[in-house]
Amino acid sequence: MDMTGREVWTVIHGMVFGFIFLLGFSGALYGVYSMSPEWLTAEGMTKNVNMIKAYVWGLALAAWAAVISGTYIVYPWYRARPPEGTTDFATFPRSLLLADESTAGWHEFGMEWKEHVAFLAPIAATVVAFVVSYYGPTLARKVGERRALMIFFIVSFAAAAVAGLFGAFITKAAPVR
Amino acid sequence: MANRIPDNKPNGPAAAALLAGGIGSAIFGLIVLFSEISESFGAALNWYNPVGPLSGKSTLGIAAFFIAWAVLHSMWKGKEVNFNSISTTALALLAIGLLGTFPPVWHLFIPE
Repeated sequence: MDMTGREVWTVIHGMVFGFIFLLGFSGALYGVYSMSPEWLTAEGMTKNVNMIKAYVWGLALAAWAAVISGTYIVYPWYRARPPEGTTDFATFPRSLLLADESTAGWHEFGMEWKEHVAFLAPIAATVVAFVVSYYGPTLARKVGERRALMIFFIVSFAAAAVAGLFGAFITKAAPVR
Repeated sequence: MANRIPDNKPNGPAAAALLAGGIGSAIFGLIVLFSEISESFGAALNWYNPVGPLSGKSTLGIAAFFIAWAVLHSMWKGKEVNFNSISTTALALLAIGLLGTFPPVWHLFIPE
């Protein structure tokens, strides 16, 4: 049951912030999709929108928390260079992956993609949260706006999913200890 | 029922946020791409050593998003704009951002 401080931060980054975003995405997407005047009364719409606003802002904050904690707390431990002459790379995940041709791809493709694409998730999620908050119930009448928002949100989810998936695989191959 | 839902909000601020998201994503993607093509450009983005060039890339991308948002919001506040063409542009810019962060795309521009 013991976990190092680094492992705890890795869990907070991926399994708390990242997981909240990935888990909450489908509910928020359905919330935006279901904002149709044919489906809800005006009162129902207002109540629904207040819930969706809190929901999408919560997801956007989770996405920002995931990329900031990942970049400025966990990533420095991942990419730390071992001192000259080090032969045991167990606490240097990047070097551990690159030391073996069979695992180098996890860094050269997986980590390189993950660390960059992840930043698109909070940007797109923030756009969605702002537009939902700005329009409120009026969004129900804005079909084009809802369509564009859903595409932004799906891209946001896809970016976070790539980051989360590779994060899990890389942690399995070379954990931050 | 539908008539009781207000329809009086101008679309300018929503279009501004959407386009800013596209601009921020595209600028971030292009910065990532150029930092992979040019080692000196990548090294210049190392603003915080423990994080390396990702510190500069992410700071510039996020700054581009918020600055573009502030500028566009002030331009389009209270205005009606052509949302369809703006959202199409925003989605195209978002696609550029996605492509710029995809490693196989970098290799198309990096000489062997």
